[in-house]
Amino acid sequence: MSDLTKLSALELSSELTKGSVSAVEVTKAHLDRIDSLDKSVQSFLHVDKTGAIKQAEEVDKNRKENKKVSALAGVPLALKDVLTQQGVPTTCGSKILEGWIPPYDSTVVKKLKSAGIVILGKTNMDEFAMGSSTENSAYFPTKNPWDLTKIPGGSSGGSSAAVSAFFAPLAIGTDTGGSIRQPAAVTGIVGAKPSYGGVSRFGLVAFASSLDQAGPFARTVLDCAMLHEVMAGHDPLDSTSINQPVPDVVSAAKLQDVKGMKIGIIKELGGEGWQTGVLNRFNESVELLKSMGAQVKEISIPHSLYALATYYLIAPSEASSNLARFDGMRYGLRVDDGNFSAEEVMNKTREKGFGKEVKRRIMIGTYALSSGYYHAYYAQAQKVRALIAQDLTNAFKEVDVLISPTSPTTAWGLGERVNNPMAMYLADLATLPPSLAGIPAMSVPIGLADEDKLPVGLQIVAPFMNDDRMYRVGGAIEASLKTKWNGLLIDQAPALGGAK
Amino acid sequence: MSRITREEVANLARLARLDLAESELDEYAQQLEIILESVAKVGEVSTKDVKPMSHATGLVNIFREDITKESLKREEILRSAPASEDDRFRVPRILDEE
Repeated sequence: MSDLTKLSALELSSELTKGSVSAVEVTKAHLDRIDSLDKSVQSFLHVDKTGAIKQAEEVDKNRKENKKVSALAGVPLALKDVLTQQGVPTTCGSKILEGWIPPYDSTVVKKLKSAGIVILGKTNMDEFAMGSSTENSAYFPTKNPWDLTKIPGGSSGGSSAAVSAFFAPLAIGTDTGGSIRQPAAVTGIVGAKPSYGGVSRFGLVAFASSLDQAGPFARTVLDCAMLHEVMAGHDPLDSTSINQPVPDVVSAAKLQDVKGMKIGIIKELGGEGWQTGVLNRFNESVELLKSMGAQVKEISIPHSLYALATYYLIAPSEASSNLARFDGMRYGLRVDDGNFSAEEVMNKTREKGFGKEVKRRIMIGTYALSSGYYHAYYAQAQKVRALIAQDLTNAFKEVDVLISPTSPTTAWGLGERVNNPMAMYLADLATLPPSLAGIPAMSVPIGLADEDKLPVGLQIVAPFMNDDRMYRVGGAIEASLKTKWNGLLIDQAPALGGAK
Repeated sequence: MSRITREEVANLARLARLDLAESELDEYAQQLEIILESVAKVGEVSTKDVKPMSHATGLVNIFREDITKESLKREEILRSAPASEDDRFRVPRILDEE
C-alpha cells in the first residue's frame, strides 16, 4: 500500500476487511503524517498516540478472531475537543477547562468506539464553539491546508483542517450555526449537520442547547454518510434525542441520481455582497443539477433575512446560561488566593478562564435575558425563529431540498476579522436558517473560486429527519464533478510541506 | 436604541460574574453597541399571534422510570476538582465571617 493516508474511509475499510493491511498500520500511517506535518497546520490540540494504537490493536485482534466488526472498524478519526472521551483531555478550546480529564465518554464517542473507529486525538476549535475561524481558540489558530495564511473555518476548524490535510479520513465536528458546514466549505471537504435530535448531545459540552448538533466530516459524501449512520440514533440520556429510525443516508449517498427531484434555490441567499467566484460556482452547480434531470426553481424564505439577528440573540442567551456552570468549584480552573470569597473566586476564574469572544457572547446573552430587554430581544427572537422555521416548512411543500452557497466568501486571511465581530458573524449568513429550524443541512465542494483559487461549498438543506435527501443530492453532484475533475476537489490541494 | 455605556457593561459583567478589567469596559461598550444595534433588527418583524419557538423537535416532558442506577465513582469526579476534602468538593467561604 503506497500511502494509506490518501485512501477514503470506504477504501480503507475494504483493505482492512481483505486483510491486506492492519488497523495498527493504518493508524500509524496517519499518526506519522500528523507528526511530520501538523506543525504547520496545527489542527490537533491533543494527539492520543497510545490510546489510538491500543484501539487499533483491539480491532486487529477482533478481526483475527473472526469476531463480527463494523464496516468502519480500524478507520481513524479526529474528534472535536468539545466531546468528552474518558481519560483524554477535553478543553473546548478554553483555558477554563485546561487539564480537565473527563471521567466519562460522550454517547458519540461510545458509538465510535463500539464501531471500532480509532480516535487519533482531539481537534482545535473556537473556544466553546463560538466563532467561524478557529482563531478564538485559547491555544493557537489552525491553518487552512489549502493556504496556510488562511483560516480553516470554524468553529470546527481543527476537524476540517485534519481531514483536508489527510491526517484522518473522518472527523467529528459540532454545528450550532454553521460550525461544520462552513469549515467543510472553506477547506474543500464534505460536512453534515444532522437533524436536531438526530445525534445525541450527551457528553457534548453545551454552547446553545437548542441548536447544538454533532455531525460528520469526510472527503467523500459516502464516507460522510457512513460516519453519520454510526453516530446517529436515539439516546435516552439526551431528552431531545429523536426516537425514530436513522434516515438511510448511506443508500441515499450511493444513488447518484437526482432525476425528477425538486430543488429550490433560496432567493435571499446570494447576490450583492457575496463573492463573485462563490456565486459563479453556485450557478454552475444549479446548471449541473438541471442537466442531471432535477427541476430547479427559485424559492423565497422571507424571514431568512432576520436569521443573523435571531441567532445572535438566541445562541448567546443560551450560552450565558449554559456557561454559568464554569464557576471554578467542581472542575477546571480556579483562581483563588486562599482569602477570596466564593463570589470573588467565580468572578476572577471566569475573567481569567474565558476568552474575549466568550465573554462578549455571555454579556450579549445576559443583556437579552435581563428584565426590561427580555421581550424586545430574547422573546421576540424566539418568535422570529418560529417564522423562519415556518417559511422553511412552507418551502418544503413545493420542493424536496433547498440549496444555497454554504458561505458568502471563501477562506479569508488569518487575523482579518478578529477585531470585527460582526464581520465574523456574517460568515454564518447562509447556514443559520436551517440551524434555527433544526433541519439537516450539509456542504459539498463544488470547485474553486476564480479570484483566489480557494474552495467553494454548496449547502443542501432537507426537511426534518429527511437527512437522506441531502446525501442523495450531494452524492449525485460529487459523482458528476469527480468525472469532470478526474478526482475529488481535495486532490487539487497543494502539497503540505512539499511531501504529499 | 440606547447607547451602551461602560456602566452598563460593568453591570452586565457583574450579573455574568466576570471581573472585567477597566480597559475591557470601553472595548466591550463599543462592540456590544454595534452587535445589539444589529440584532435589534428582530424588532422589525410583526410577530402578533406567533408562538415562540424554543427548539425544533416539538418534544415535551420526556420522563424515565425512577430507578436507581450506578453513576460515576466519587473519586473519579473529585480527581478533576480544583480542591476536595473528605470526599467532597472544597469551596471557598460563601458567608461572611461574623
